[in-house]
Amino acid sequence: MYAALWRVLPGPTWVRILAVLVGFVAVSVVLFLFVFPVIEPLLPFDQITLEGE
Amino acid sequence: MSRSVGVFVRGLVRGTGELLVTAGALVLLFAVYLVVWSDVRTAAAQSDLRADFAAQTAAVDRDATGTPAKIEPIPGQGIAEMTIPRLGEDWRWVVVEGVVDADIAKGPGHFPGTAQPGQLGNFAVAGHRATHGEPFAYLDAVVPGDHIVVRTAAGWSVYTVTLTQIVPPTRTDLIDPVPGQPDGVVNQALITLVTCHPRWGSSERLIVTGLLSESRSATQGPPTIEGY
Repeated sequence: MYAALWRVLPGPTWVRILAVLVGFVAVSVVLFLFVFPVIEPLLPFDQITLEGE
Repeated sequence: MSRSVGVFVRGLVRGTGELLVTAGALVLLFAVYLVVWSDVRTAAAQSDLRADFAAQTAAVDRDATGTPAKIEPIPGQGIAEMTIPRLGEDWRWVVVEGVVDADIAKGPGHFPGTAQPGQLGNFAVAGHRATHGEPFAYLDAVVPGDHIVVRTAAGWSVYTVTLTQIVPPTRTDLIDPVPGQPDGVVNQALITLVTCHPRWGSSERLIVTGLLSESRSATQGPPTIEGY
């Protein structure tokens, strides 16, 4: 999976490393802004109020 | 034959390994989001709320006695500033209106429909015990006799803690005007702080109840309380 990604990336090693870093940051931003806020309420840390029966 | 089996097994092992490493990295990122990023976001929201609250307190219309005009609370906006000396000098939070996730992500939230600070009835507030700045992380350190100071445009309300208890999450009666007595006569001004218990869990709730012990108008100035 990752070996194939490395082979597909063009350019010399430093360009590939840069591309991987940029990709990692992009994925992280999407996770932090859109994915994590959605799954966070599934954990108990948000359940702090009193609920009806 | 045996060669292609070897290739297949190697590919399977490598693929499984990469999936597990990826899953581990995702969980680690989510932990960073919860423990670091949510605190950063809440701190930024509190900074904005504090500035808004100061501006609102300064700009509110007052009558001849200095009593401010009534402000209708808007969900997610700051309504009061809370201080609990027991929790340290830096413990100072703007309480927002509302207790849905988006509200309590900004700071402790006021249960809509419960009393306003200093009024007869029950000023009920819920706050995070973990993540999102964790305002009530150490609420279990608060003991009867401790003070809770709530500042609004109208002035200061000082509550003295009378009771701390751990209850099931279904005890909604504890934020009634008279806790535990649906038909009780409202003749006391109470504060009720609600957070989850244990910390990082949600099987129970930690409840801190206080009784209004001092009320000071904006013109009278802040109360003299140790640590405030």
